[in-house]
Parts: sequence; C-alpha cells; structure tokens
Amino acid sequence: MTHTPNAGAPPTLPAIPPQPSSPTPPGTSTAAPPPAPASPPAPPARRRTAFAEGVDRLRHAATTEPGRLRIIGAVLAALVVAFGAVTAWQMTDRAAAADAVLTSSQPLTSDAADIYRSLADANTAASSGFLAGGQESAATRDRYERDIATAASKLVNAAANAAPGSPSTATITKLNRLLPEYKGLVERARTYNRQGYPVGGAYLRYANEKMQQEMLPAAQDLYTMENERLRADYADATPYPWPAIALGLAALAALAWVQRRTYLRTNRVLNHGLVAATAASTVVLLWLTAGHALARSHLDDSYDHGVRSLAVLHDARIASLKARGNENLTLVARGAETVKVGDTTFDAYDHDFTRDIDTLAEGLAHARRLADDDTGAQPVTAAMGNMTEWKKRHAAAREQDENGNYQQALDMVIGAKGATGECFDAVDKNLATALEHEEAEFATAAGDGRDALTGLPTGAAVLAVLGATGAVLGIGRRLSEYR
Amino acid sequence: MRVRHLRARLKGWGGVGAMAAACALAVVFALAVTCTGSVASQAGTQPAGHRTTKALTVDAARAADDCEAPEKQTLPPSRADGPAITAIKNRPGEKRKLVVGVDQNSYRWGYRDPNSGEYGRLEGFDIDLVHRIAEDILGDPDAVQFKAIPTDQRIPAIQDGRVDLVVRTMTINCSRLKDVAFSAPYFRTGQQVLAPKSSPVEGYDETLANRRICTAKGSTAYAKLEEDRESGDLPASTDISTTVPNQLDCLVRLQLGEVDAVVNDGALAASQAAQDPTVELKGEAFTTEYYGVAMKKDADDLVRRVNQILVDFRQDTATGWQASYTKWLSATMDDDPSASRPPAPEYLRRS
Repeated sequence: MTHTPNAGAPPTLPAIPPQPSSPTPPGTSTAAPPPAPASPPAPPARRRTAFAEGVDRLRHAATTEPGRLRIIGAVLAALVVAFGAVTAWQMTDRAAAADAVLTSSQPLTSDAADIYRSLADANTAASSGFLAGGQESAATRDRYERDIATAASKLVNAAANAAPGSPSTATITKLNRLLPEYKGLVERARTYNRQGYPVGGAYLRYANEKMQQEMLPAAQDLYTMENERLRADYADATPYPWPAIALGLAALAALAWVQRRTYLRTNRVLNHGLVAATAASTVVLLWLTAGHALARSHLDDSYDHGVRSLAVLHDARIASLKARGNENLTLVARGAETVKVGDTTFDAYDHDFTRDIDTLAEGLAHARRLADDDTGAQPVTAAMGNMTEWKKRHAAAREQDENGNYQQALDMVIGAKGATGECFDAVDKNLATALEHEEAEFATAAGDGRDALTGLPTGAAVLAVLGATGAVLGIGRRLSEYR
Repeated sequence: MRVRHLRARLKGWGGVGAMAAACALAVVFALAVTCTGSVASQAGTQPAGHRTTKALTVDAARAADDCEAPEKQTLPPSRADGPAITAIKNRPGEKRKLVVGVDQNSYRWGYRDPNSGEYGRLEGFDIDLVHRIAEDILGDPDAVQFKAIPTDQRIPAIQDGRVDLVVRTMTINCSRLKDVAFSAPYFRTGQQVLAPKSSPVEGYDETLANRRICTAKGSTAYAKLEEDRESGDLPASTDISTTVPNQLDCLVRLQLGEVDAVVNDGALAASQAAQDPTVELKGEAFTTEYYGVAMKKDADDLVRRVNQILVDFRQDTATGWQASYTKWLSATMDDDPSASRPPAPEYLRRS
C-alpha cells in the first residue's frame, strides 16, 4: 500500500550522497555494461559504480591473453564448484527425503493405521464382551486391553513425530483426550454388567457412539495426514536433479572448449590440470545420474510393492474389523435400527456388514493382484478362504436370528466352535502376516534406495573441489608461460 | 524519455491500483456472501422454528379435544380368529412365531440379565405378558421373535409391519391412537422426576428452573414437558433439549453429570433408581398414564384377542398379573400393587 513510484524516491532522501555500493537508479546500472559506447551526456557519468568499474577492468584484461586465461580459469573453477555444490545440496535433500520415507513417514503411516485398527478392534472386543454378558472371556478381555495399550503407545509415538501446532498434533491431542473417556465408559459398563444391571448396556452404547462418531473419524484423519506426508516425502526423494545435471553438462562443455582452445593455441594435447578437472566432473556426473537412477528405481519399487500393498492390506483389515463390529451390533441392537433400500427394509447393521464384507472381498482381490511373490500371496489367499467361510456362517446365523432363534444366532457369532468369530480371527491373523511381509519388502527396497545415495553429497563436494583445483592449476600452468 | 517516464509512473501506480481493485473486490464479495448468508439463514431457521412449535401445540390441542379417556378406546374382548391372527398362525415352519417389539434396557420390565447364564434371554414384566400372548395364540410361550426397538421407533415398527405387537411400557394416549390400536390398559403409572438424592430438585415444580432434564425421544414425558413449558407450568429456563433413544440412556447422562434430572414414567424411573442407590424419585407422579399393548390399527381380531388375554392375565392370581408384579416389580416399586393395578377395563371403541 505504501508503494511509491520510484521516480519520486531520490528527492525524498537528500541526506545520503550516491555511494558506489548503494543501489543506484536502475537505468544507469543495468543499461551500462553491455552497450559500452552508449555513453550519452548523462550527468551521473562522473560517479561510477564498482560494478561498472569492474566490468571495465575486465574488458581491459580481456584484451591480453594472460588476462583472458585468468578469466577462463576463474569461470571454470566457479562452474565446477557450482556443479559440486548444487549436486551436494540436491542429493542431501533427496537422501534426507528417502531416509524420512524409510525411518519416519512410512512407520508413522503404519502407526496411524494401527491406531485406527486397535481402536476399532477394542470397540469390537468390548461389544463382544457385552454380548457374552457376565461371562466375558479372558481372551476377549485381554484383546481389549492389548488394543488399548497399542493405541496409547502408538499415539505417543505419533505425537513425538508430529510438528508442534500442526493439524496432526490437534488430532492426536483429541484422541489422547477421548481414549481415557472411552475407557472409563467401558469400565462402568463392565461393572454394571457384573451387577446384572442393564444400565451397563447403556454405557456400552454410549462408548460405542463416542468411538464411532468421534474417535474413529479422528484416527482416519490422522491416517490420511500421515499418508500425505509419506507421499510428500516420496515426491521430494524421486524427482531428477535437473539443475545439478545441467550444471555438470555445462562444466564439462566448458572444460572441453578450454582444452580445445589450448590445443589450438599451443598444439599441446593434454593439460594435466584440465584433464583432472574433466575426470572429476565426469565422475560426479556419472555418480549422480547412476546413483539417483538406482535410488529412484528402488524407491519406486518400495512404493509399488510396499506402500501400495500396505495401504490395500490396511484397508482390507479395517473393512474386516468394521464387518465384525457390525455383525456384533446386529445382535446387540436386536433389530432396533433399520434402513430402507428401495422397497425392502434391512437391518441397518446387517446392511453395513454386507457393505463391509464386500469392501473386504475387493481389498483382498486387489491385494492378491499386488502381491508379487508367493510368501506375500499365500496369507492373502488364506484370508480369502476364511472370508468365504465367514460369509457362509454369517448367513446361517442371520437365518437363525430372522427365525427368532436369538440364542442360536448368538452362539453362531460369538460361540466357541464354528462361530463366525473364528473366521474373523483367521482373516485378521492372515492379514497381519501379509502386512508383516509387505512391511519387510518395503523396508528392503526403501533401504536400498536410501543406501544408493550414501556418500554422494560428500563425494560430489570433495570431487568438485579437486576438479576446481585441477582447473585452476591447469590454467595456472599456461599462465606461467607468460612470465 | 517522456514515454519512459510515463511508463515508470504507470508501473508504480499499476501495483497500487491493482491492489486497490483487489481489495475493493474482496470487500464486495465478502459483503455479498455475508448478506446472502444471513438472509438465507434467517429465511431458513426463523419461520421453520415457529412452524414446528405451532404445529405441536395445535397437535396437542386437537388431541386433547377429540379424544377422551384414551385408555378406554379399545375393542371388546373376543377369542375369534380373524385375518391378523390367521396370518400369524399360517407362518411357515421356523417362522411360525409372534414378532414382538420390546425393550432390552428396562430393568425388570424387559431386559437381559447378564448373569442369567442364558445370556441372550430377555425377561421382565412385559416379557411375561408377551410369553402369555404367544402361548395363547400359538400354543407355545417361546414362539416369539423379540425385536428390541428404540422409544421413537415403536409406532413406525408397527405401521411398517416389522412387528405384530409392541409390549414396551407404552403409554396409551390420544395422538398415538391416530396411528396404532391399543389394548385395554395393563398397568397404571404417571410421570415422575428422578434426580440425585443430594440434588435441590424437589419434584415437578419451580425447583427445576435452570436445570437440564433428560427424556427419551418420542416419549410422553417429552411431549408433556414441551407442553408445560409452553403453557408456563414448567419454568421457561428449564433445559429440555437432551433427548436420548432409550430412557435408560438418561441414567447414563445423569450419572455423568450431563443432565440434572430425568423425567420418566414412575414405573421406569423406579427401575432406574433400583440400579443406582444415589438417585431417587422426587415428588409425586404429576400425570396418570396407562400402559397398553400396541398393534396395527386395522388388526381388530388381534386387539380383541389381546384384550381377552389381558382379562385372563388380571384374573389369574397364580401365574398372572399379580405373580408377575410380585416377581419383578415389588422389589423396585411399592409392595402393595394397588396403585399400579389398572382400573376395570371399558371398551368404548366402536370402529
């Protein structure tokens, strides 16, 4: 808003005399160097800038061969050093991003998925416990406790890695606040359940509501945010370092030109210094291109075979959890909620179950396609078999419930032998195995990618300094012939 | 020279001008958005809010006008089978069951005892009655498919044919009579206030000023509170905005300190108090209500049959009304059932 036209600037500052280093009116300084004879009768011609004087001196030096050689040496050294510096800088960035992919953003994405999974699993375990009434089994109880412990510890890890004031910090804070609240409600539900009071069920419904409407969406947000961070790290690690490559080519071209010039003027084929500089630059350029290409291919591999498989498997596991949760809630709610699709009325939770199990089937098929070896494919295939059995048993349990045989339906869902719970557990276990395998594949590929960049920044810097020294020494040798 | 000068000038002012134009545009845009926004929200909320309250008062008034003694608006008892009963009896195989909407959260009315061993089993006063109806119609007390339904789903569940009957501490009143048919009353109760023993609330009076009250969505308690707040019988500062799917959820809110009191049928309030020794019923019942079995509006034969069953239920001292009361309710309510026993039924419905 306080921008004033530059034409009015000088008169407002009369106290400072035009100094050589101070920015002078743009017209004179930029227009002066190239068109040298364009020196109109301008009044400020007496007072000259350092730059203009430097240009003049340079122009003067360029009239003699030693002067020209000095200029050439300086430019060569500068080009090679610049090449080394840009290479070191760009590769440091990429190496850091590749390291972040391996050691921070991917583990955090997995952690976020684990937080979601353990929260959903805890809720499912709690509702199974409610269905079983006072006879909540030790296994269900342990499972619930383990899930809560997992969620809590992963939250601490996520918090330690989140930037202060970022949206993920806010989400983590929210989850940290809600987790003890949720646990408190479930504990009250248990206590009342043991006393035989139905208000225990009411507490569990309240806890379930808190989980479904506040905690799981927050965990989902966290997962999305960590995933974005992972993608950003990949985007930082993989693009080609064009500026470094361009500078390298420019440096090599300049070296070639100088050597040809030397040959034409002196008939000497080799100048040791210049040859050393060329060799150093070539090594850096080759190292840069090959190292980055290798790293890039490993990282792409880790994304295609690691991250993508992991995402699909995580989604499938969450779908199976949701399906199990809804299967339980169908029996908890006992027909309380319905949805109308077209003209048919369905039980709301059973309708959601069907949707979730379809998502699971899709996810498993996708994971099967992505699995690139037998060790990865085997657990997914097993999970598909478990899912088919689950659907069959679920249909049988539903039929019992539809016929009013609630107790039988309950036994077929949370009972010990032949219940759908067995199938769910098997799906979950197989998916855990598959996840572990893909996690290892990812770590290998991403680790190789990161290692391909090891030493590149330092190496480039050292070689560039050597190359620049070579160039200066080589030119110096020519120069000494004039003394 | 002059051209360059002019251009330099324009360059300077160009930036300023562009910024000014951008500011002006932003201001105009912001004004336009807020103006239309506020107009839209006014248009959206104000009249709508008015409309609902008006509609409700009109509804209540009409209900009060065109219906007297709703508990007597039922058909005389009969054992004859009609289309509704035949349809139930003709259900094939495993499906030959009475589909009944009940509650699984009303302690001693319809609930699951988590420690009963058979953990899916529902029991309570209402459930006894359901078994009796099933035995009478289908010859097997266990030929029942229970569906747990939230308070505000009782009428839709009947209308959509998802259940044959609803036995779920359901008050017979005029507005419900427009949508469903009721049996003769099987229980007498009235609205009562439930609050912590330490609470300054003394009953359904001015001590409820500035208090938050919880009710079940779609319950007679909520309708009564809304009506009384409109008419001034309840202090205007009373917050009745907390409604929950099931009356028992109110006890959760009360224990968590999210509300200060619960208004509920005395029968259910007593069952809540039985689960928490730190709360109690405050003051006397301030309404008189009767529970009835709800059925489809045109299921005349079923209504008559249920009324016949209720006649037997009341007379049967060994396994009937009295026995169920003693078993389920005498512990949480009065030992003497006379206050809860419904009056001799009258059958005034003609069509």
